[in-house]
Amino acid sequence: MTTTPHIDTHLDLPGLKAMQDYLAKKLPDAILEIAVRELTITVAADNVPFTIKLLRDDKKLLFTQLTDVCGVDYLGAKQLHPARFAVVYHLLSMPHNQRVRVKTYLDATNPAVPTITSLHAAAGWYERETYDMYGINFVGHPDLRRLLTDYDFVGHPLRKDFPLEGFVEVYYDAKEKRVAYKPVDLPQELRHFDRVSEWKGITGNTGLAETDNTFNSQEFK
Amino acid sequence: MSTVTTAAEKQILTATFSENVITPNRTEGEQPFTLNFGPQHPSAHGVLRLVLEMEGEVITKADPHIGLLHRGTEKLIENKTYIQALPYFDRMDYVSMMCQEHVWCLATEKLLGIEIPRRAQYIRVMFSELTRIANHLLWIGCHALDIGAMAVMLYSFKEREYLYDFSEEVSGARMHANYFRPGGVNRDLPEGLTHKITKWNDNFEKVVIPMLETLLDENRIWKQRTVGIGVVSPEEAQAWGFTGPMLRGSGIEWDLRKSQPYECYAELDFAIPVGQNGDCYDRYLCRMEEMKQSVSLIRQCVAKLEGELAGQPCKIQNFKISPPKRNDMKSSMEALIHHFKYYTEGFHVPAGEVYAAIEAPKGEMGVYLVSDDGPKPWRVKVRAPGYAHLQGLDFMSKGHLLADVTTLIGTTDVVFGDIDR
Repeated sequence: MTTTPHIDTHLDLPGLKAMQDYLAKKLPDAILEIAVRELTITVAADNVPFTIKLLRDDKKLLFTQLTDVCGVDYLGAKQLHPARFAVVYHLLSMPHNQRVRVKTYLDATNPAVPTITSLHAAAGWYERETYDMYGINFVGHPDLRRLLTDYDFVGHPLRKDFPLEGFVEVYYDAKEKRVAYKPVDLPQELRHFDRVSEWKGITGNTGLAETDNTFNSQEFK
Repeated sequence: MSTVTTAAEKQILTATFSENVITPNRTEGEQPFTLNFGPQHPSAHGVLRLVLEMEGEVITKADPHIGLLHRGTEKLIENKTYIQALPYFDRMDYVSMMCQEHVWCLATEKLLGIEIPRRAQYIRVMFSELTRIANHLLWIGCHALDIGAMAVMLYSFKEREYLYDFSEEVSGARMHANYFRPGGVNRDLPEGLTHKITKWNDNFEKVVIPMLETLLDENRIWKQRTVGIGVVSPEEAQAWGFTGPMLRGSGIEWDLRKSQPYECYAELDFAIPVGQNGDCYDRYLCRMEEMKQSVSLIRQCVAKLEGELAGQPCKIQNFKISPPKRNDMKSSMEALIHHFKYYTEGFHVPAGEVYAAIEAPKGEMGVYLVSDDGPKPWRVKVRAPGYAHLQGLDFMSKGHLLADVTTLIGTTDVVFGDIDR
């Protein structure tokens, strides 16, 4: 059987290394590392606009396109990072054909980052979405409204402490003749299958057998 | 005054007034007109609610309200194994299904650090290109319909049915194929499929594309509605994160298949069409040319698949990552265990983070994947091309007439499955 590499075959790894060395001089406070052929620049939240501006304007870098901004919640994954949140920026340099990732870690209390909307027009919606999903405040954003969730939505759904099934569900109120909210009520409990210990069966959901009527019916006795 | 009857008239009546600063065009006491466009409007391409601020019939501000199709896919994927997450990607951009699966497979494979068989790469590229044609056919049909050309849709949707048949033959599903897998593709091509694809491909190139071009290329109304509308300069296109035909229409030669080739694209021969003026008409020309290039790519893939790659495996032979053959499971305990573990626990992906991107029909589709060494991803962020394009609708529509908004929504090729996720 013939297998061939099929990802990142174009990648100029020496060029990326050179970029890392160059950035190490320009950004003495940043942590730079290359993992899985990708360069990650970790900076403090206040240094994000400066870093993004440097990456955009420096002739040796020219990361002129903002590909993506997103949040990450590390709650319950201390092994990955002790901080609660991270904001991740992906940038693309077309002239050098390289990508770079800028990362900043934030605490659980009042997470905030300065906005980069004045540097990249595209950041507007990405920051709004991150605010919507994680409750991370982008200081100085001209229009920091919710974007994807409903009007008057409460909570930040992509946080790890937000339940998968949510808090409320919508239904059509025939009397009121409109769509309304009520607390979520699932006919069957959401089962969490802990696949790591398959042989032990289902964990973390004790009491399920008692509430599940399937096994109490006459058929099974 | 006659009574209001049509939906369009009702729509206009529901428009409200909002407070705003007085511009020189208005006298004191007058306010700008705010118009609700959608979410039930037929040319809103699904569920776009667009709040337009207008001076007479000229748009001064467009504020898209998105999220009406938000299903929390990213959250759901965090609670699924890597294989279970795959079908969600079909449902992102639901007119280019296999391309979305592709980006998820690439991200997973990149973090796993595996290589996949050459036959799988060619099958994937062939179906990616078929999907690209299917996407562009839907785009041209709806775009033309939105701005008054009915016939195009009838012809282009007929061709899409053949493409769905290929998808059904290979995966069992017309739309949501769930065919690509981390490590290759689910199953090999059924006998005779490449022959059918070739036959369709030849007809599409010789008959269908020229027909579509005859209908539109020199069509006076089509040109009046698209030439000079929604002009995007190369600088604007970059600043707003535009990718795909939206970027190439403005004259920037950037295609991930060429500049950052994945799979076997580096071995294939194709060209990148680039526009000059960055208006809707140039983007139309770009996409038409892309379809022709896809036809050529499919032909090259078929030749390889029927030739030197015939009979080779179509998925990785590491049974921690791909399921074993059913026949082997009858006699081998090891195969049975692999099968059970694969479909229950799934496979563990090493801790780390990657960003993988493909040139989807609409532009750069990317997945940012964070793994904690478990069988489920820790965080998945999908970078949808349409998201950036729709954000740019505000600056593109400024100064245009209300009727041009439908042209602009059409040219950005928005689909709400991937914008809202």
